[in-house]
Amino acid sequence: MKTFWLSKWTKLLLFLLCLVPFADLLWRVYRNDLTANPIEFITHRTGDWTLRFLMIALAVTPLRGILNQPQLIRFRRMLGLVAFFYGCAHLATWIWLDKSFDVHDMWDDVVKRRFITVGMAGLLLMAPLAVTSTAGWVRRLGFRRWQFLHRLVYFSALAGVIHYYWLVKSDIRLPLLYAGILTLLMIYRLGALVKKKVTNAARKPIPANI
Amino acid sequence: MVIHTKKRDLRYSDVTPKAAYLNRRRFLAAALAAPLIAKAESKLTGISKSPLSTSEQPTSLEAVTSYNNFYEFGTGKDEPVVKAKNFHTSPWTVSLEGEVMKPKTLDLDTVMKLAPLEERIFRHRCVEGWSFVIPWVGFPLSALLKQVEPTSKAKYIAFQSFYDPKQMLSSRDAHIQFPYIEGLRLDEAMHPLATLSVGVYGETLPPQNGAPFRLTLPWKYGFKSIKSIVRIRFVEKQPPTTWNLEWGEAYGFYANVNPGVDHPSHSQATEVRLGVGRFGSKIKTQIFNGYDQVASLYTLMDLRRNY
Repeated sequence: MKTFWLSKWTKLLLFLLCLVPFADLLWRVYRNDLTANPIEFITHRTGDWTLRFLMIALAVTPLRGILNQPQLIRFRRMLGLVAFFYGCAHLATWIWLDKSFDVHDMWDDVVKRRFITVGMAGLLLMAPLAVTSTAGWVRRLGFRRWQFLHRLVYFSALAGVIHYYWLVKSDIRLPLLYAGILTLLMIYRLGALVKKKVTNAARKPIPANI
Repeated sequence: MVIHTKKRDLRYSDVTPKAAYLNRRRFLAAALAAPLIAKAESKLTGISKSPLSTSEQPTSLEAVTSYNNFYEFGTGKDEPVVKAKNFHTSPWTVSLEGEVMKPKTLDLDTVMKLAPLEERIFRHRCVEGWSFVIPWVGFPLSALLKQVEPTSKAKYIAFQSFYDPKQMLSSRDAHIQFPYIEGLRLDEAMHPLATLSVGVYGETLPPQNGAPFRLTLPWKYGFKSIKSIVRIRFVEKQPPTTWNLEWGEAYGFYANVNPGVDHPSHSQATEVRLGVGRFGSKIKTQIFNGYDQVASLYTLMDLRRNY
């Protein structure tokens, strides 16, 4: 199993899988198969996949522990970047197709509509994380500071879920599902943190060479 | 693409003989078992062209019949076309009651013959910010309302949709209360633009579009145009309406199309006319959806407050 996770082919395969929803979207644009309301369809698709990949990226840490497969860490950066990519596609759809580059109109929406304000904040929060996702930036910032910065992703995911919750008209089942998943992912982290503190405390009287 | 096939040339009453609907259960079972369900819509004849029609290019039949807000059959707009397939609208009756001299229950055949059928090509503006141009078939709603002689107490009309939890979503799953209810002021309902639609594109209404008949109020947001009507009640006070109960700040009782009054989630200044170009075309929304002839109904009203 370890060699499977460490193979560069596995990573390539996963990367290609991540791009399937985008390829499907391009194929639909080409074939004009975008429902009666193409802008709404593209907006929803890119938004859905942003949230899904955020959740998948946030699931890597819990899965490493639960499945006892620490090698999974090598996919986390890629999954986060894919989430950011779909987020950018979502934003581009809004700027280009929905708002036709009308800056005044866009500003109006960001200021007046709370679901757009929070969605925009969530996406902007992801930008510094995408920029500093390279090994060079980990070195430059130092691991502690880098890790602290990258915890912003929790707020980004939360903003994404709130964005979704505020925009639906009446049927809140899906936004609540995402809220539930995010809660579970955060509970795991909290649990891990508490466990670490307890173990650290328990370790103190034990000699270092045991 | 074939827009519609004209295989039959029948009158409405010929389409569902009494024996057929008495055997409805058996028919339903057969329909469910059959791999292909025959198209339920039939051609309407003797339709005249209405001078109220717009000359704009109508949206394709495919778009009009596959992109629907009909929460009883699913909250996704692609759901009603699939989930309403087995919705049978015969036999059907509508009751007219409340503040009237002669309360009545009319069957479908009677309603279909109340007035000469007209093709009315109207702009259809959804509160969500998109629009269609739809060639409805119908007649003035007033032709139906006049049947029962409203009393002087009748100031408003409350409409109610068909609801059957066995073949439709529960209120809990749809997150709006059923049965769907809507309302109009009496003078709005009697306006010549207020239409009772019984068909679209020359045929009877498909279930997902509100069969067997529905309101079409082209100067109001689409949610006011209640579908599959079973009950019409004349009342003295402004009646409650479904979306207003759900979210009052967003959905007012009047819901007249107005580019100057925003929805809390988006501006109403523009709309996307669907079916034009690859992604639709963004156009400016007009007050009363461009139907200025209704303006006189609201001369003394603050349209900001009465949104």
